[in-house]
Amino acid sequence: MAKFERKGKKTMAAISTASLPDVVFMLLFFFMVSTKFRDTEKKVEVKLPEASESTKLERRDLTSVIYIGTPIASYQSKHGTDARIQLNDSFKTITDIRDFVANERENMSEVDRQFMTISIKADQNARMGIITDIKQELRRCSALKVMYAARRTAPAE
Amino acid sequence: MRRPMQEINAGSTADIAFLLLIFFLMTSTMDSSSGLQRRLPPMPDKNQQVESAKVNRRNIMVVRINDADRLFAGGSLMDISLLKEKAKEFLTNPANDVNLPEKEDKVIEGFGSYPVSKGVISLQNTRGTSYDAYIQVQNELVKAINEIREDFAMVNYSKRYAALTDDQQRIVRDAVPQNISEAEPKDTGIKKR
Repeated sequence: MAKFERKGKKTMAAISTASLPDVVFMLLFFFMVSTKFRDTEKKVEVKLPEASESTKLERRDLTSVIYIGTPIASYQSKHGTDARIQLNDSFKTITDIRDFVANERENMSEVDRQFMTISIKADQNARMGIITDIKQELRRCSALKVMYAARRTAPAE
Repeated sequence: MRRPMQEINAGSTADIAFLLLIFFLMTSTMDSSSGLQRRLPPMPDKNQQVESAKVNRRNIMVVRINDADRLFAGGSLMDISLLKEKAKEFLTNPANDVNLPEKEDKVIEGFGSYPVSKGVISLQNTRGTSYDAYIQVQNELVKAINEIREDFAMVNYSKRYAALTDDQQRIVRDAVPQNISEAEPKDTGIKKR
């Protein structure tokens, strides 16, 4: 019984926190390396469809993204709930794609222009109508390399 | 003269590091982009038109997805799980069926002559088709082609496609081309707005 009577008498030895900064720095470096800066603010809700055969994009810097989806809740009063196109940071229409592609091309070096890829990030509930329109517009500006963005799933079997 | 160096209090380094960590967590994304890569056909020139319509009927498999995301392949209603096998059969034509695409002997650099299928899968959709259904179908077709390539690589190099050298991969790609045509949109279905 004697063992239990000495509680509160001895002060606890403090755990050394000297290595805490090291641990946190390690976490920090991990996140710095494994992530990249968010370049655009998403204004449309995009839940990508799943595809088991999707391949990784090798040159991210040569990719321009077109988002298609319903506006997020705070923009719905202004822009409605229909699927909309987002280029860079704002809502755009089909006719703006031409300028967008031209602009993106301009920002690339001469050599890289032919490898420009347009990544179409469309919500899985979007209708093909709007996407067909975009495809036609892209063909008109001869931006022919496209990627249908999709979440990678483990191949079934 | 030897005064002991005063130690700098390092207790706040952790706080600073935490602050940085939280900043990076907030401003960065982790999603790696992946998806199905495709090449769109160039816009037809206004001066030279309709000459591509001469493709033989046996060489085309039409895959249609309608407004209700129902799938029609090769003229019959089909479940998406059967599409892959159908596409594989169409593209390989193992029994040299007269109703399935013809093959053309092509000389592939570094490999020699190989009967390359002339089959084209034509993917059609309406404006009301959902994007999800479209991607699922695209995915099945890509899967079919990938499996044929895998078989080709196994038979000829006894290696997986991914393990081949760049040159061998090119040969496989030439022998089993990815002929998926995304048809010119026909305005079937209800036009929105």
